[in-house]
Amino acid sequence: MQFVSYSFLLFLAVVFIIYYLVPGRFQWMVLLVASYVFYLFSGPKYLIYIMVTTFTTWLAARQIDKLKKQQADYLEENKKTLSREDKKSYKSAIKKKQRFMMLAALLFNLGILAVVKYTNFAISNINAVINLAGGQPIEFVSLILPLGISFYTFRALSYLIDVYRNTISAEKNVFKFALFVSFFPQLIQGPISRYSQLESGLFTSHHLNLKRVSFGLQRILWGYMKKMVIADRIVVGLTTMTADTAAYRGAYVLVEVFFYAIQLYADFSGGLDMAIGAGQIFGVTLPENFERPFFSKSIKEYWNRWHMTMGSWFTDYIFYPISVCKPMLNLSKWSRTHLGPVLGRRLTVYLSSFAVWLATGIWHGASWNFVFWGLSNYVVIMISQELEPLYRRFHQKFNVDGSLLYKVFQIVRTFLLMGFLRIYDCFDGVITTWRMVGSLLTTGNWNILWDGSLMQIGLSMTDYIILAAGILLMFIVSMSQRSGSVREKIHAKPYTVRFVIWTALFLAVLLTGAYGIGYDASNFIYNQF
Amino acid sequence: MDELMEFLEDLHPDIDYETCDTLIDDGILDSFDIISIISEVADMFDVTISAEYIVPENFNSAQALYDLITYLEDEG
Repeated sequence: MQFVSYSFLLFLAVVFIIYYLVPGRFQWMVLLVASYVFYLFSGPKYLIYIMVTTFTTWLAARQIDKLKKQQADYLEENKKTLSREDKKSYKSAIKKKQRFMMLAALLFNLGILAVVKYTNFAISNINAVINLAGGQPIEFVSLILPLGISFYTFRALSYLIDVYRNTISAEKNVFKFALFVSFFPQLIQGPISRYSQLESGLFTSHHLNLKRVSFGLQRILWGYMKKMVIADRIVVGLTTMTADTAAYRGAYVLVEVFFYAIQLYADFSGGLDMAIGAGQIFGVTLPENFERPFFSKSIKEYWNRWHMTMGSWFTDYIFYPISVCKPMLNLSKWSRTHLGPVLGRRLTVYLSSFAVWLATGIWHGASWNFVFWGLSNYVVIMISQELEPLYRRFHQKFNVDGSLLYKVFQIVRTFLLMGFLRIYDCFDGVITTWRMVGSLLTTGNWNILWDGSLMQIGLSMTDYIILAAGILLMFIVSMSQRSGSVREKIHAKPYTVRFVIWTALFLAVLLTGAYGIGYDASNFIYNQF
Repeated sequence: MDELMEFLEDLHPDIDYETCDTLIDDGILDSFDIISIISEVADMFDVTISAEYIVPENFNSAQALYDLITYLEDEG
């Protein structure tokens, strides 16, 4: 079931009515049933995958928790007789068992993800080698890719690791845990929330709070605006251009960079607005995933403000564990002795970051384009990290710190860099992407930017005017967000002003949204992850 | 503590570690800094700060970091 569909709105209305009609202690059950019904609409075959992931992570976490309790009881009962060494060795034995449970569940679930998502990618690479050797290629396998599998798997694994790390206690009720994994607003494209963030919102009773519900609906409407007015309109022009790489080269690639950056942001953040708004009407606060990323002044800052829940997941569960594991600490010590304090200090960080960006690329999709995209980000971040002292000296020498003009330059530079890196998504193959970006320098067709050629890519003047207005509105809202919640500011205005603003937005979506009779909205880009 | 302070001041000379207790919350220390600190701490104190202890409250101030090191030494 797509967020942008009449069936979803009807579904949301039905769940909303039942949710606030039942006694508070049953509300979470309503959400659980609703979440499974929601997922069922995506295909009954998918259900088994999410159920297996739910059950195995829940079971492993329970076992880890039981071992924790067993340890506490044993140490308490024998505190007078056990020596410090005895306690240490007992704790170490328990930790070993907990680690085994955690790793077993982790590898099992990552294994499922790897098999359904990456088997055919692996086969295509093996076939490339076989073809070179003149052998018989392996046939591709037909596997279903459960919707949102990357998101719910990561959510479940974060819970498992947090229980192992003792930062949260394991949930005793498997059905409550099932709700955390499957909560329908965040099921198919995130955010990748943590159990500690959702626990109280999901499992405490909520009374109908009109302000909260209206804020939730307003957030959903804002998401629809981004998705339907901007993303689903601009994608028409983008698809026309990227589908024909022979005709649309050179300066068209620059247009594609702009179009795709805007489409991706409007699509993904719009979907997240809908998810967060839907959570809000049930009293569940989902974590934010974007913080005005296009206002970032560096790539590093951009990644702290774009897809934030994924970024923090990779930092907490990949970057830190790799960086501080024993072999890495030994390597760090060795490198500081042999390579000097500066390079020595950085070597392990660079190795761990490499693993993170490789994983980020692979997580986004089973293709070399995504791998290269991830690693390109890595290279750019590492270069900018190395150049930071140089930047600092430059800023001091030319006294540009705090200069508005220089800030604008940094923002535009970051936008362009990220836009060009992200263009890997748009073309079929890494080489094609490089060739297309290269054509920017060799084709010399800059006249297409003003000679009317951009009117021939499936977008009319009306479309461009609507896009410009939509993007301007997003920009104004982003600027206003810097000083606090826009909805709160609107809420503080007189009733008539509020009515006019929200009715205007509703009508804008209704009248300028990219749809017609029987329209089926484009899938969200991040659904496929 | 002196040795630790010396290293931290070397990492960010412009920060007053005696008073600052928002090193993480204000984004003064980033993930790269944290890893540098953990590597250095492993050498200085022979203490391993594993991933589960990498939470803002343990790195928000020099004192909190030192308390963590003392705790891990005792646990050790």
